[in-house]
Amino acid sequence: MFLTHIWLIPLFPAVGAALMFFFGRRLQKSTVSAVCVGTIVLAFLMACGAVWQYSNNWAPANGNKPYETILYTWLGTDTGHLNFLKSDGSSAPLQADAGFLLDPLSSIWLLFVTGVGMLIHIYSTGYMAHEGGYYRFFGYLNLFMFSMLTLILANNYVLMFVGWEGVGLCSYLLIGFYFHRESATDAGNKAFIVNRIGDAGFLLGMFFIAWYMGSLRFIDVTAAARSGHFAIGDPIITAATLLLFVGACGKSAQLPLYVWLPDAMEGPTPVSALIHAATMVTAGVYMVARSNALFVLAPTSMKTVAIVGALTAIFAASIGLVQNDIKRVLAYSTVSQLGYMFLALGVGAFSAAVFHVFTHAFFKALLFLGAGSVIHAMSGEQDMRNMGDLHHRIPVTYWTMFLATLAIAGIPPFAGFFSKDAILWQSWSSEGGAYRILWFVGFVTALMTSFYMFRLIYLTFFGRPRMDHAHEHHIHEHSNAMKAPLVVLAFFAVFAGFLGWPHSLLGSDRFTRYLEPVFASEAKVLQNEGKAGQLAAGEKEAEHTNPMEYVLMSLSVGAAFAGWGISRRFYRTADKGYREPIAAVPPVYNTLLNKYYVDEGYDYVFTGRRKIGNVRLGVLGLGEASSWFDSHVIDGLVNGAGWITRLTATFSSWWDKWIIDGIGVNGPAILARALSYPARLFEWGLVQWYALVMTAGLVGFVFYYVYH
Amino acid sequence: MDALLHITTLHYLVLGAALFLLGVIGVLTRRNVVIVLMSIELILNAVNLNLVAFSRYWQGMPARLGGGPGALHGQVFAIFVITDAAAEAAVGLGILIAFFRNKETVNVDEVNLLKW
Repeated sequence: MFLTHIWLIPLFPAVGAALMFFFGRRLQKSTVSAVCVGTIVLAFLMACGAVWQYSNNWAPANGNKPYETILYTWLGTDTGHLNFLKSDGSSAPLQADAGFLLDPLSSIWLLFVTGVGMLIHIYSTGYMAHEGGYYRFFGYLNLFMFSMLTLILANNYVLMFVGWEGVGLCSYLLIGFYFHRESATDAGNKAFIVNRIGDAGFLLGMFFIAWYMGSLRFIDVTAAARSGHFAIGDPIITAATLLLFVGACGKSAQLPLYVWLPDAMEGPTPVSALIHAATMVTAGVYMVARSNALFVLAPTSMKTVAIVGALTAIFAASIGLVQNDIKRVLAYSTVSQLGYMFLALGVGAFSAAVFHVFTHAFFKALLFLGAGSVIHAMSGEQDMRNMGDLHHRIPVTYWTMFLATLAIAGIPPFAGFFSKDAILWQSWSSEGGAYRILWFVGFVTALMTSFYMFRLIYLTFFGRPRMDHAHEHHIHEHSNAMKAPLVVLAFFAVFAGFLGWPHSLLGSDRFTRYLEPVFASEAKVLQNEGKAGQLAAGEKEAEHTNPMEYVLMSLSVGAAFAGWGISRRFYRTADKGYREPIAAVPPVYNTLLNKYYVDEGYDYVFTGRRKIGNVRLGVLGLGEASSWFDSHVIDGLVNGAGWITRLTATFSSWWDKWIIDGIGVNGPAILARALSYPARLFEWGLVQWYALVMTAGLVGFVFYYVYH
Repeated sequence: MDALLHITTLHYLVLGAALFLLGVIGVLTRRNVVIVLMSIELILNAVNLNLVAFSRYWQGMPARLGGGPGALHGQVFAIFVITDAAAEAAVGLGILIAFFRNKETVNVDEVNLLKW
């Protein structure tokens, strides 16, 4: 019953959004809240039912196959009217259905998107209570949920792309929610435009897949990729997966397209929590995980994903070390954690990546909601330098954020420990250890993560109060609508990791086993091809335990505690004018504080807002060059053509006037006039003269005949 | 005296010739087209008078020469001429109006477009 009506899940928030856009202006805030939260609650209940029914009834009865239902053919026809030529010369129907696919992978996304989404909707009713545009906010949120659920549940790349674009649009709308603030609209534009670059890659990747595989349905593509028909390292598949990864880089904020995510913090904080931490930015991970059968056929792409992920992780974490805006720290943290996820994908540890997405959704959403609560308490202040000593004034926020920090830092047994450790171990062990340098990058990132997160905690909640007195008196904890989601998320931040308790710690890793139908066969394909590396090592070793795993585990836990300790040492008693430890090396500090000058570099090279000497590069430079080309070359050609036309017209006019009119037309007339001269001499032109002559003639005749 | 009191065909012919002469003089000398047309009517009526006079003369002639009371050809012809005169007046006045619209004059000496 739930499975057959799975299309209702995205429909609920779509209806909510439609109601808001058409009637929202006239509704009471309480009605808006009831409708918009209600739709998400319904979607969540429906999702729980569908996943429960799939996992307990449908999958066991159908050999763990994915459940697919097709509502109708959306693009193309199944009668083969719209065919296209495949790479091998045969033709295939161009077809995309409005269809839904439920398998363990989409189940996990479905549950945490609707679950976290529901909590953030509830939180927003408190957070946005005094803001204008309440119905607009909730309409956008519901529209976002609709798009995200479409993305997750789509059964083909095209429908997924619809959701992909939908979440991008909602992200743009919500980042620019405070549209009267220029920085917010700029940030919205930046997010949208940077995402377009990624989307172009996604589209091209889709074209490659359709051209090469003949279908865009996930089931068909996966089956084709696993059929053994395509060789490992096939150049077309490598190209297609690299292009898909460009799309993932845009949506999931990886190098070099991560620049939009920190700026996206201009949006309201619940938006940052929902879209820019928990759900939308993981769409890239989802897409790569969904295409896992293709990616394992392209080792080059896998290496690229792993390296980009690891670099992003350490790059963003290092920027996060010195940021002072509480939301920016969390934003760079998000980019860094997304880097971890891609590192895991790249080394073939798909289920570890998904596990980290899952745990990250809870603790990062919690951190953002907590930050929102702090900002609310501080009357809009976001700079941690002006905070301090809040832990006893907003205790619920403090305790929940502290638990989330323990989770993200990787302190056992909180959620982040399990997922991060799985990723680090897989990076170490994959491909016979070729990725150990990536493990080291991840390890350093873990140390940095722990440092900047505890720095955030100490600067915000401990030390001396550094805010104005006016703000200080105003600090208070908020309504239950804001506290309850924090507590629920904190529960998951603590316990969600238990689902993936590893074998090495005498657990059963239920999470990986649940995902087995989606990913496990990859290992088999690779082994059949005689290339057991890639992810096989990690997967196999995980079942027996390796002493090295304990060494690495203790190292990363040690890193987490070391980061905590360093932060505690420097920030626990921070007063006004406290010193940053990294500021001891000013060049490093300034580079990090200015985010490696990447935005400036992009302004020089890509946007052209800054000139290099007298030369302007980038889009604006292209615009200027085009403008010059237009005004000089194109307009020159136009003017030249005009000048030539005028010249020929002058000549033509002279020809017409003197030759055609003069000789051709007037000539005969003049000739006729000249020749008619003698004839005209006979005419007087006076009637009475004629009459007189007639009379005279008559008289003459009469006389002649009478007197003849 | 008798010759003066008894009206003969000759009288009619003299009167017709006088009328004809008046008409011709009018046509040749007057500049106003209306008067010219009236003069043309005069000429036509002079001719009618002649026709009717000769017709009456023929009625007094013996039948073997084609005369007698039934010899009405001339009178019938006069009626045709009257009809023709009416048609001619209509056409003439029509031309006159069209001409006046173009040149705003009814003087015949200004109708000289054929002159080069």
